Amino acid sequence: MSINSKAAPVSFRNVTKVYGTDVVAVDDINLEIEAGKLVTLLGPSGCGKTTTLRMIAGLEMATKGSIHIGDRDVTLLPATDRDVSMVFQSYALFPHMSVMENVSYGLGFSGFDKSETKDRAAQGLDLVGLRGYGDRLPSELSGGQQQRVAVARALVLEPQVLLFDEPLSNLDAKLRRQVREEIRDIQQNLGLTVVYVTHDQEEALAVSDEIVVMRNASIAQIGSPRDLYDAPADRFVADFIGEANIIPCEITSVSKDVATIKIDAFTHKLPARGLPVGPAALAVRPTRLKLGAKTGMKMTLQKATYVGSRMEYTLKAGFGEVFAVSEDVDTPLEPGADIMVGLDAIGPVLLPPDQSH
Amino acid sequence: MRTLTTEQTTHPVLIFWIIAGWVGFFLLPWYGVEDFFTFEWLIDGYPFDEDYAPAAFLIGQGEKLWLTPMFLGLLLPLLALGRRKTDPIYAKLLIAAGAIGFGWLILQGFTIGIRGWNFEWAKALFGELGDRQFGMGYGALICASAFLFLFTQGIAARGAINGDVFVVSAIGGVVVIVTAFVFFPIAKMLTAAFITEDGGYSAGVFASKFFDDRLWGLGCLSGGRCGVAWNSLFLAVLVGLITTVLGLIFALVVTRSGFRYKRALRALTVLPIITPPFVIGLALILLFGLSGSVTVFFSDMFGIQPTRWLYGLPGILIAQTLAFTPIAFLVLIGVVEGVSPSMEEAAQTLRASKWQVFKTVSLPLMRPGLANAFLLGFIESMADFGNPLVLGGNYDVLSTEIFFAIVGAQYDQGKAAVLAMVLLCFTLGAFYAQRFWLGKKSYTTVSGKGDSGVHPHMPRALSIPVLAMAMIWAAFTMVVYVMIFYGSVVELWGVNNTLTLKHYVTAFSFRIEDSGIRWSGAAWDSFWTTLKIAAIAAPLTAIVGLITAYLLTRQTFAGKNAFEFGTMLSFAIPGTVIGVSYILAFNVPPVEITGTGIILVVSFIFRNMPVGVRAGIASMSQLDKSLDESSLTLGANSWQTFRRIILPLLRPAILAALVYSFVRAMTAISAVIFLVSAEYDMATSYIIGRVENNDYGLAIAYSTTLIFVMLSVVALMQFIVGRTEIGRRMTQSRTNT
Repeated sequence: MSINSKAAPVSFRNVTKVYGTDVVAVDDINLEIEAGKLVTLLGPSGCGKTTTLRMIAGLEMATKGSIHIGDRDVTLLPATDRDVSMVFQSYALFPHMSVMENVSYGLGFSGFDKSETKDRAAQGLDLVGLRGYGDRLPSELSGGQQQRVAVARALVLEPQVLLFDEPLSNLDAKLRRQVREEIRDIQQNLGLTVVYVTHDQEEALAVSDEIVVMRNASIAQIGSPRDLYDAPADRFVADFIGEANIIPCEITSVSKDVATIKIDAFTHKLPARGLPVGPAALAVRPTRLKLGAKTGMKMTLQKATYVGSRMEYTLKAGFGEVFAVSEDVDTPLEPGADIMVGLDAIGPVLLPPDQSH
Repeated sequence: MRTLTTEQTTHPVLIFWIIAGWVGFFLLPWYGVEDFFTFEWLIDGYPFDEDYAPAAFLIGQGEKLWLTPMFLGLLLPLLALGRRKTDPIYAKLLIAAGAIGFGWLILQGFTIGIRGWNFEWAKALFGELGDRQFGMGYGALICASAFLFLFTQGIAARGAINGDVFVVSAIGGVVVIVTAFVFFPIAKMLTAAFITEDGGYSAGVFASKFFDDRLWGLGCLSGGRCGVAWNSLFLAVLVGLITTVLGLIFALVVTRSGFRYKRALRALTVLPIITPPFVIGLALILLFGLSGSVTVFFSDMFGIQPTRWLYGLPGILIAQTLAFTPIAFLVLIGVVEGVSPSMEEAAQTLRASKWQVFKTVSLPLMRPGLANAFLLGFIESMADFGNPLVLGGNYDVLSTEIFFAIVGAQYDQGKAAVLAMVLLCFTLGAFYAQRFWLGKKSYTTVSGKGDSGVHPHMPRALSIPVLAMAMIWAAFTMVVYVMIFYGSVVELWGVNNTLTLKHYVTAFSFRIEDSGIRWSGAAWDSFWTTLKIAAIAAPLTAIVGLITAYLLTRQTFAGKNAFEFGTMLSFAIPGTVIGVSYILAFNVPPVEITGTGIILVVSFIFRNMPVGVRAGIASMSQLDKSLDESSLTLGANSWQTFRRIILPLLRPAILAALVYSFVRAMTAISAVIFLVSAEYDMATSYIIGRVENNDYGLAIAYSTTLIFVMLSVVALMQFIVGRTEIGRRMTQSRTNT
C-alpha cells in the first residue's frame, strides 16, 4: 500500500461568483484542467484567483454555472463532500494536535480503520521527509517543516484534486525555491492534479504545466509558461508575465501571415498573428532589444544601472520610454548617447492596438 | 475515497430525531409533572392516569383528541427514510412534517388552556370545549424539539447553507429558544399593559397607567417630587457618566502610567463579578447610615447632627458608582489597550506632543469604548434593584416600583407591565442610540499583525490628577469591602461592637448526627438551591452562547443581522423586565413553569447569554478561519469541525464563560426576586429579605460568605485556565530546515 493518485480533471462551465448583490468576484469563466497536470492561477490581487480556487474546494459556492470534478457535478456539494484537499497560505495546522494527529485528521473521516490511518499518516510524513516528527506540536516546527506537514496532511487523503493557496508566501526566498521544487516533484511522481494560486509570475513559470492568467474576475489567457511568455495575448499578459516594452507601431502589409511593421523610420518583419493592416502594438522583452544595432529605432540613453549580473538601461524614444537589459557589463554605454536599437529575430510579438490609448 | 453524504440512504441524525419524536409522543408524560426526576409518576398510575399519560395514551383513551394531528408529523418522516438527501421529496417530507407538528403543537397550546378555549372566537366557532389542558411537559418538549429539527433537516436538504444540517439546526434552535424566552415574554408583557380588570383589552387602561403623574411628574422642579421615570433616567445618566469617567481613569493608570501596583488595580475587575450589587449598599449604611461609623465619628468629634442624607439619590448614586465602575473599567481596559501603539508612535514622530497625541489620537480612538462603557453603566443602573431597595428612601425608581406593583398590596400586573415597558424603552433607546452613533465607524486598530510598540505614558498634567483620583477611589472601595467583612463579625452594628461569629452560626450551623450531617443553619436551603441552579444554568448558558457566537463569526446566512440584533437585544433588557415578563408569560399554559427551578435556570440562561456570546465572539475571532476551512476540506463536517477544532481551541474561553455565568447566577437579584418561590429561594433574595427585616448582621455574614465562595471559584478558574493554556496560532519561524 502506498499513497497513490486518484487524479481527476476539473472543469468550470460558465461559472460566476457574486458576493452580496453586486460584487462580481468571478465573471462567467470557462476552464478545463486536465488530470495529472499542475495548473497555476496567476494574477494581481483581487483578480478572482483565490475565489476560483475556493470554489473548487467547495468553500465558496458558485452563483451561476457548474463545476465538475472527474465525471461528477460538484456545483452544490459542500467542501466536506468533495474529494479535494487544500494547503492553506497560513498552513492552518491545528495547534492543539501533534503532527501525527494533524496528518491523520482527515483519514479519520474517510473510513480508514485505526492501523491503516496510522500507516498512511506515517507514509505521508515519509513522503515529505518528516519521519520521526510525528509527536511534535506544530509550534515546535520551523516554517518550512510546518509547510510540509500541511502538504502531507492533504496528500494522504489521495484527493482527486490538490489545491495550494499561495503556499510559499510565508517562506523566505531561499526556502521558496526548494519547497516549490519539492511540490513539483511530488506532483509529478504521484501524477496529481494540482491547482496552485500565486501572484508571483516567476513561481508560476517555474512550477506549472499550464498557467491561467486572470484579470478583473475573468481569464485573460491560458497557456503553457512558454506560450504566455513568448506569445502573450494582450498587453496585460505581456506586462504581467515578465516585463515587456509596449511599442506602438503600424502594420503596413501582411502576406502569408508575415507582417511588415513600421516604427518611425524603422521597418521589421514578424508573424502577423492574424492582425490586419493598420495600427498595432509591439511587445518586446527587455532582453530582446539589440542595443547599438546597425538598423533600428533611434533612441537616447537616459539611465544606466549596474545590478551585478547585467546592465539595465532606460532609453528615450519618440513614442516614450523603453527598458532594456544587456549581458555586457564590461563595456557599459554612457548616458546621453544616441544609439540605434534593433529587434531580435524571435521574441518580439505583435498585439492588437491598445484600446485605452 | 470519501463517503458521500449526499448519496447515503441512511441518515443517523434523521433516525435519531424520529425516535426522539416517537419517545416524546408514546412514552413520556405529555403534560408537566411536578418533581419529574423523582420518577414517582412511574408507579402512580402511569401510563393511563390522565396527569401522567403520554400523548398517545391520552388519545387512545379518547381524551385530548386535539393532539392527534401531531401524529401525522411523526409518520411523514418515516417515508423519507431510505431516500437520498438530494431527492426533492426527502426535503418536502421533512419540512411538511416539521411544520405540521411544530405549528400544530404551538396552535393547540395557545388556543386551549386551563379553562378550555383561550379565545372567544374559538368558542364561537367550535362550541364549548368541556375539556382543558395544563402546561406542557417533557413529552411535549421532546416532541417539539423533534419537529423543529426535522424541519431544519428538511431546510438543509433543500440546500440552505450548503445543506449543512448542523448549522441550519443550530440557527433554528437558537431562533426558537430566543423567541420563546425573550421575545414571547416581552410581547406578552406588552399586551398585559392593555388588559382591563375584567379581562378585555383597552388602550385607555394603558394610557391612564402610562400618563400617571407618579411616573412622569415634574414636581421636583418646583420643590416637590418627580416621577419615577425621571428619577430612574436621571440616576442612570449620572451613574453612566461617572462610572465611565472613573473607569477610563483606572484604565489609563493601568496602561499608560508608571504606576507599580497595576496588578492590584486589575484585581478590581473581579469585584463586581463576585459581589451581589446590593452588598455595597449595605456597606454604605454601615459607614454613613444613622448609626454608621463615619456618621458617629463626625457627630462625636464635631457635634454634627446625624441625618438620613444617605437614603435617597446620594446613597444610590454612590453605591451604584462603586458597584459598576469596575465594569466600565473592564470594558475600557480592553479598548485602551486595543489602541495600536504604532498609531500613537506615528503621531509622536509627526511632532505631536504627548498631550496632543492623547487628545487627537488616543482619545478619539477610544470613543466606541466610552460609548459602550456608558451604555453598560446606564443599563446596569436602570436594572439595579438591590441598592435602590436598600438605600432608596423616598427616591423611587422604576425597578423598585415594578417590584412593589407585583408583590405589594396593590398587586397590579398591568401597572408593572407599563412600568417595565418604560424601563425597557429607556434601555433599548440607549442601546439603539449607541449602535446608531457608532454605526459605520470602525475603530478597530488591533490587526492580526504583531505590534511591537509601547503605549506612551500620559502627559504629566493629566497623570497626576488621574493617579490621585484612582488612589482615592481605590482606597474607598477597599474600605467598603473591609466594612462588609467587619460588619459580619460584630454583634449589632453601631450599638454593640463586640466581635462575634453568631451571624455565621445562625446562617451556616450544622450538626453531625447519626443519620449524617444536619444542615440546621437558616441559610443552607437557599445556599444549596443557589448552587444547584447556578450549576445547571452555567453550562447551558455557555453552550447557547458559544453556538450563537459560532454562528455569528463563522457562518453567513440570510437574516444574520437580524439574528445578531435579536441575540444581543437581551443584553439591553434589564433583569427586572425579564422577571416581570416571565411571570406574565409563564404563569399559564402552554409553558407553565413559574414557581419551579426551571424558570430560574431559564432566566439565568437568557440574562447571561450575551456575555457568553461576547466571550465566544472575542476568542473565536482570534482563531484563523483557515483552521475551520482546512478541517472541512479534509472531510470533516461542520459539527465535527466545531467539536474537534473550535471547541478544544476555545477551552479557556469556555471555562471563563462557565465560571462567569455561574457566578453571575449566584449574584443576580433583579430578575430573581420575581421568580423565586418558597421551594426555590435563592441566596440573594433571602438576603434582601433579611435586610428588609433590619437583620443586617445575618445579611452581611451571608453576603461575605457568598463573596468568598465566588472568589474561590474564580481563583480556581484562573488556576485551571492557566494550566490549560494552549499555544495560540504558531508564529512563523523563519529558520531553514
